[in-house]
Amino acid sequence: MREKEIDKLKEYKYGFTTDIENVKSPKGLSVDTIKYISKAKNEPEWMLEWRLKAYERLKQIKEPNWQKPKYPKINYQDLYYYSAPKSSQSKPKNLEDLDPKILDTYKKLGIPLDEQKRLNGIAVDAVFDSVSVATTFKDKLNEAGVIFCSISEAIQKHPELVRKYIGSVIPITDHYFATLNSAVFTDGSFVYVPEGVKCPMELSTYFRINASQTGQFERTLIIADKNSYVSYLEGCTAPMRDENQLHAANVELVALEGAEIKYSTVQNWYPGDENGKGGIYNFVTKRGLCKGDHSKISWTQVETGSAITWKYPSCILKGDNSVGEFYSIAITNNHQKADTGTKMIHIGKNTKSKIISKGISAGFADNTYRGLVDIFPKAKNAQNFTQCDSLLMGNKCGAHTIPYIKNRNSDSNIAHEATTSKISEDQLFYCQQRGLNSEEAVSLIVNGFCKEVLQQLPMEFAVEAQKLVGISLEGSVG
Amino acid sequence: MLEIRNLKATVEKKSILNGLNLHIKPGEVHALMGPNGSGKSTLSNILSGKKGYETSGDVFYENKNLFDLEIEERAHKGLFLAFQYPLEIPGVNNNNFLKTSLNAIRKARGEKELDAIEFLKIIKQKAKDLKFEEKNLNRQLNVGFSGGEKKKNEILQMSILQPKLSILDETDSGLDIDALKIVSDGVNSLRDESKSFLIITHYQRLLNYIKPDFVHVLKNGRIIKSGNSDLAVELENKGYEGIN
Repeated sequence: MREKEIDKLKEYKYGFTTDIENVKSPKGLSVDTIKYISKAKNEPEWMLEWRLKAYERLKQIKEPNWQKPKYPKINYQDLYYYSAPKSSQSKPKNLEDLDPKILDTYKKLGIPLDEQKRLNGIAVDAVFDSVSVATTFKDKLNEAGVIFCSISEAIQKHPELVRKYIGSVIPITDHYFATLNSAVFTDGSFVYVPEGVKCPMELSTYFRINASQTGQFERTLIIADKNSYVSYLEGCTAPMRDENQLHAANVELVALEGAEIKYSTVQNWYPGDENGKGGIYNFVTKRGLCKGDHSKISWTQVETGSAITWKYPSCILKGDNSVGEFYSIAITNNHQKADTGTKMIHIGKNTKSKIISKGISAGFADNTYRGLVDIFPKAKNAQNFTQCDSLLMGNKCGAHTIPYIKNRNSDSNIAHEATTSKISEDQLFYCQQRGLNSEEAVSLIVNGFCKEVLQQLPMEFAVEAQKLVGISLEGSVG
Repeated sequence: MLEIRNLKATVEKKSILNGLNLHIKPGEVHALMGPNGSGKSTLSNILSGKKGYETSGDVFYENKNLFDLEIEERAHKGLFLAFQYPLEIPGVNNNNFLKTSLNAIRKARGEKELDAIEFLKIIKQKAKDLKFEEKNLNRQLNVGFSGGEKKKNEILQMSILQPKLSILDETDSGLDIDALKIVSDGVNSLRDESKSFLIITHYQRLLNYIKPDFVHVLKNGRIIKSGNSDLAVELENKGYEGIN
């Protein structure tokens, strides 16, 4: 009985597929595909030109391969770059017009789009494959002057903002996957918080990959104008499929003078089965620019899913006295692999950064923290504190810490601490003697290990994340 | 409550227990004394289910084969071990650990789990009774606790979980006289006709505060002598070498 229960828990509960009619672009990467996407989204000419410029660049550059987790060559001509539920062709004006199957999908995921049933104080943008299907609480946000919509809608309705900021943090020439995204991105969220406004609720985007053989290339752009504040959370899941699916998102954050952006991620893409078959390749570029003085960007990530997670949410601390933070939990179990960390680029004076990374490996998994602290000559009195802790379960997994430090200023203060530990048999025994079963014991110990990071999550999501931490490690002790 | 028949145990081919017999009835307090390496901690480990021992013989707990039960199932059925070396678990709040523990046990017994407020009421009272510093309730579990604080924490856990059979594995070791009194008060306040204790110790000292019904001397993996509390005094005078 107990084994059965554990088996049930071990299953990836978001692994179902929704049987829905799709509209897809022609297969493969080409000028035609890009034109198809741009046309499907009814984009202005400048946007298409921007995409094509990125595509030109893409043809000249190669995929990077310095990362620790290797993967079989991706055939970019064998992918679909755009897939949308047929019913959303003419974008539904309200929830009643939305395909009930999609509504049902989000309900199953625990993300009801019906505003009455939604947790108070959280607005959601739901992205299904390549398109945003619904955004809740729009009216309430409008009152505060906050713009929260899909990026496709923003391109049409707020072209001046999009044009000014898109690619300003991640240029189209950045690197292979970022450039690929710039050419073929499909949808994602857009946020603008006007000067002096504290966004009245948590903003959240829920990404769902449904269609097979489809890459997901979303693009998110968040702009916090002077002295504003916004907290944003993204969640992601995908069906269980034998194939590997590519998810290559770009997220750009811009914080102007005195503004603060808090960006949290709970990533639970399908990790593949216990033998390492299938799962998402999560190759994401996330970068924030502290453009103005006294601005602050804080990344918090809980990465439990994906076959391979490869990302470095970063902060460019350009404004004087700006602050960058990175709090990360990366859990890898079975055959999952992660190569993740952050880059803190100190350009302005008195800039501060803090990095807290917690890596947990179990099974045959491999987990690498890779981070860069780069202090420019003019960044007087820059400060960085880095703490990287790794926790190992069993003796077949790996943990690696690769910190790069470039210090070009003698006034700066850099501190780095790192630990590697194992969950001891005695700790487990102690918890079990107090009535916890082995899974509960692991969950408790690991949650303790991750506490400093979990505390950073918005309250509504902290509980979810704690459960997720436990579930991701089910079956990791024998 | 607990019946041990001809229990033998080896670890890595080294035999540690060599035919141990012990019968503890409800309401009784038994003290098990013995020199270093006599097998005291092995016995408490085996009774609480720690892996790594090869055993033969029978142990019945409430008339059921104890070896059929998982570690946590033994805890659910009221078996408690106060650890000789309580473990540190970083990042886990002491209060929260105890609440998780209590609720896991209540759930397994089909009782209603306590919410945070109900639990806080209980723990605050118990902490006061045991002169346990309230600030330690909010520290990380045993992290940075002194030896005495860790032992007191074990007794606090015991008094919250209200076990039927408590095994105290050298809980008195390293305690000053004040802490020893607190630990003893904790045990004494739990004593009633339904609860039993197995107190494992080196020294007679603890038994001045907790009056045992029986005292057993463990040597080379078996009980070589049993008696009442006078035996403990005799031991203190003659030493383990003097007992045959």
